[in-house]
This record gives sequence, structure tokens and C-alpha cells, in this order.
Amino acid sequence: MFHRESGYYKTTYAEDGALYPLPIAKWTVGILLALFVVLPPLTTAVTGALAAEYYISIVNLILIAVVGAIGLNILVGYTGQISIGHAGFMSVGAYTAANLAVKLDLPFWITLPAGGLMAAAIGAVVGIPSLRIKGLYLAIATLAAQLIIEWIINHTPAISGGSQASIEVDRPAVFGYPLKTQRELYYFLLLFAVLAIVGALNIVRSRIGRAFVAIRDQDIAAEIIGINIFRYKLTAFAISSFYAGVTGVLYTYYLGIANYENFLISTSIDYLAMIIIGGLGSVLGAIFGAIFVTLLPILIRLFMETFGTLFFTTAELNNIIPAMRLGIFGLLIIVFLVLEPEGLNRLWRNIRSYFRVWPFSY
Amino acid sequence: MAGTAARASDKRMPGDSQLVVEGVSKKFGGVVAVSDVSLEVPRGGILSIIGPNGAGKTSLLNMISGFYTPDTGRVALEGTDITRRKPSDIAALGIARTFQNIALFSGLTVLDNLMLGRHVRMKAGVFASALYWGPARREEIAHREACEEIIEFLKLQDLRKQQTAALAYGLRKRVELGRALALEPKILLLDEPMGGMNTDEKEDMARYILDVNQERGVTVVLIEHDMGVVMDISDRVVVLDRGRRIAGGTPEEVQRDPAVIAAYLGGGSRG
Repeated sequence: MFHRESGYYKTTYAEDGALYPLPIAKWTVGILLALFVVLPPLTTAVTGALAAEYYISIVNLILIAVVGAIGLNILVGYTGQISIGHAGFMSVGAYTAANLAVKLDLPFWITLPAGGLMAAAIGAVVGIPSLRIKGLYLAIATLAAQLIIEWIINHTPAISGGSQASIEVDRPAVFGYPLKTQRELYYFLLLFAVLAIVGALNIVRSRIGRAFVAIRDQDIAAEIIGINIFRYKLTAFAISSFYAGVTGVLYTYYLGIANYENFLISTSIDYLAMIIIGGLGSVLGAIFGAIFVTLLPILIRLFMETFGTLFFTTAELNNIIPAMRLGIFGLLIIVFLVLEPEGLNRLWRNIRSYFRVWPFSY
Repeated sequence: MAGTAARASDKRMPGDSQLVVEGVSKKFGGVVAVSDVSLEVPRGGILSIIGPNGAGKTSLLNMISGFYTPDTGRVALEGTDITRRKPSDIAALGIARTFQNIALFSGLTVLDNLMLGRHVRMKAGVFASALYWGPARREEIAHREACEEIIEFLKLQDLRKQQTAALAYGLRKRVELGRALALEPKILLLDEPMGGMNTDEKEDMARYILDVNQERGVTVVLIEHDMGVVMDISDRVVVLDRGRRIAGGTPEEVQRDPAVIAAYLGGGSRG
């Protein structure tokens, strides 16, 4: 939080281009990472094993959402192309991995990239219309992709694995040791979340990411400085869908089952909500959004189960809670779009810059 | 500017045209924007295109940079036909340009805008970028150095990390020039680089254009309304009116041309 630049003199361009140029930021990230590593034993020590499983399972959900939200933000926030079909790409990844794991008995380190690549290929195809159409029209095209993917998976037993359209998958195994508990799975998911974050941070600070932002800000000027717009839009769709595919694979391993019902259009909307609330065009924003949107329904349920019983019966509560979730969700998206279009990330930056010169603010 | 004149005369070698536009025309619906215009841009020179509003100057630039495909005629860069190439390909071949109404990437810093100018000179792909440490970082640093040189040249040092959306108008024009220069172009197309500037800013910009031309050896094609500047810095001037080329030659020749006087002051051929 105390990002104070004064006194630090960067003497090389490498230093200036570093992810965290300030020593204090390096320390913050290091400490955060260390905290994440000791989180499961720490939670176990505080709450006991059973409760820790529950809490860590929520953190696991967040880690999965982080990967998907960052991927979507690369496309929507950085490149300025919209997609309402991201849950579709997730299901492509999920079913690709599940089929490979079950039919060919392949380990996660093959099924995971395979799921991502398959989603990337489909995503790039869906991105083709983006050369001609923009905004709302592109949104409808990607919406069509979502529905077509859903339909195909549902009606092709070879993909969906039969009438239930679900494939059960074993938990991933590391060196022959299957990850059984949520706390073991946590490290597995943490690794991929960190890889996703670092990969995205690197992409957006170098040549490819700059080209994405150029297309978002001024596509005509982007073309005039030699950026092949079509190729880069497809690249953005492919990278973003790769992330979505990996998200689908992770979710499948997390649940132990691949099922299209987890990747319906409402999931696409959830991910869009994450990046709008978190902050468009920011990796940190996507992380904030993933945390927020994952926790919100859980907190609403907790709140209503604690205080709602004063006014409602349990049966009534079961009807109210899902409706409340949708209502609060919609309200929040509107509030953020109107009041803080740059999302939670902007709020965080405001806090940070306040403390940058604190306590002498001039 | 005696020096300019002397330099201009010694480098104007006959037959050495870097960019040749041959009989290009462009219609939009029933409106003829450009009609059978030809011009030759001498290597290392400054060629100005002037003419009243709606004369087709910007349309002509758009055809050179590939945004419009001419209905007839051809455009050739150093003997290569570029008439039907994509704008991004033409940029990679070494034609950079600026826009009449500034087209910077407003969400990015001055430095990032310049780095984007070097896009075609860089190579890092998706995987190299995602890994970053290694080849991509070496490339970033090498090109950062090239951008810093331009920052120094255009005196933008203190604005390096500022978002371009927040800059004053004259500065944004300068950053746009920098972005075009970052491409290391052979030919620079400038569409009204001094539009909306005050006298001081115009003087600075004229100086930069001359420096670009002389020190860096970049050929310049300029659209400008300020006749004083045009006559001072141009080696050759081409005059368009209602889509047609009505005159061309050295600034002195053009100033004396009756067709030009008629087009600017009305009367005569205009009726």
C-alpha cells in the first residue's frame, strides 16, 4: 500500500520495465505469495480440518474464477472486443479434458493444455466476425457461439458422454499421488492461477499487449503503424479462450465432473460482471472481480441465513436468496458502470495514491 | 532559409522519385474526391500538397497509406506497386503518417505510444511475450532505447509516463509525430501537423519537420494550410482543387501560377 517512489532511482531500462519496480511492492508480493502458500495449514490450525476444507474450497473457487476473469479481461478490457460466449469456451475446455482423461487415461499436464488449446481454436473461429462487426453485433455473434456450443455438446454423445451430458473425472494426480482433499487441490489450482496472472501481466506489458490496447483505443491508427488488426483480434480471442478453456478444465478437476450446466450463459454473464466490477483492462481488477463475484452469493446466503430467519421461514428463504443474488448483482453492475467504470481496481489505486504522499499530501 | 534552398537544389536529382502516384482517382458514390492525380515525391525532399478545403488532399494521403483503394491509377514505393496493399503492410514497408485530427492511443502513456510505433520493427510473439524474461525483455530494452532517442529529439522527457489523453493539443501533435518517427519510416506523411497551433508551436513543429528531413533523411509529404510555412520549408508544392491537380513545382513557381491564384482567390476558372 505504501508505494513511495521518492528515493528510488532506476538506472536501467530493465529496472524501469520490471513488473514491480519498487522494493516495497516486491516485498508485498513476496509476502502475499508466502501467505498463500501457508494458507491451508494456517486455516486448519485455526478452524480445524473440517471447516478448513470448506473455507479452502471457497478459495479454490476464487482461484479458478481468477484464471477465467483474467482471460476475459484480455479480450474485453484490453482489446475492446466483447464476448458473451466465454462459458461456451470453458465447456469446450472441460469436455476436451474430460474425454482425454477418461477415454485415453491421460494425466492433467496433457489434458489441461489440450483443453486450453481446443478452446483457443474454437475461440479464434468465433472471433472471425470481429473483423467486420463491433460492439452489440459482436456480442450477439458470441452469444450465438455460446448457444451453438451448448447445443452441440448436448446433442453429441461422443463429446458429452451420454444422456446426462456429464463425464466423471478422477482428481488430478501429481507423481502418482491423487489430490484428494480441497487443501491438496488448492496448491494445484494456486500454481495455475499464479501462472495465469504472470502470463497475463507479461503479455500486457509487451508488444502483443500494447497492440491489443492500440486496437481498443484507435483501430485506424493501430493499422497505420503496422498492426494487422484481424490477426491481433483473433490472437486476443485465442489467448482469452485459452484461459477460458483452462478455467473449464480446472473446474472439471475441482468438481470431479464435466457438466455443461456449469457453463451456461449465466456463467458468461458472471464473468463479465467480474471484470466490470473489478475493472476493465487491468489484471489486478480481474482478480478483485473474481474474488468479489465468487464471495457475493456466499456472503448473501450467510447473511440471510443468520438474519433472514427473523422475518422468513426457511422455505421462503430458499426462494429469496437466489433472487436476491440476481438483484444485487444487477444493481452492482449498474452502480459500478455509472459511478466507477474502472471498478474496484480504481478504488484500490485511489487508496494507494492517497497513501503515496501520506501524511504530507502536498 | 537560404540553406534550405541550397540543400533542396543539390538533392533534387532528376528521375529519383521515391514515391510515385500515377493517375489515381477515387469516387464516393457520385462525388469525385480525387480525379486523375499524379505526383512524384523526390527522395529526401519535402513535398507539400495544398489546396482549398475538400480539394482531395486527405483522400490522396489515404490512398497512399492504403485506407482507400484507388478506382484507377497506381501508387509505387521505390518501384514496388503498393496500390492494393493493406495499411499495415504499407507501414511495414516504411510509410508512416499522422492524422489531421490526432489519433493517439489515449489510454496509454507517451512512451507506450512510441513503443507501439516500433511495432513492425519488433518480433516478440505470444509465447515470447508471455514468458517475457529472455528474448522479449531484451527486445523491449533495445527498442526502448530507440524510443528514448526520439523522446530526447522531440523534448518529451518529462512526459514519458503521462497518459496522452491528458496532454495539451500541441504536445499531442508532437507525440503523434514521434510515434510516426518511431517506425523509422522512409517516407513520412503529415496531415496538417500545424492545424490549430499558435505561431510558436508552428515554428517548433516546422523546425522538427526540417530536422527530421535533414538529419534523419526522411522524405516528407506534407498537407498544410499555413502558406508561410509551406513556402518556407517545401522543396516542391503540388496544388489540388476539387480533386484535380492544377499546378505543381517549386514554391516560387506555384505562387506565380494563375490557376493557383484563381483557386485560392476565386474568380477565373471557378466562375
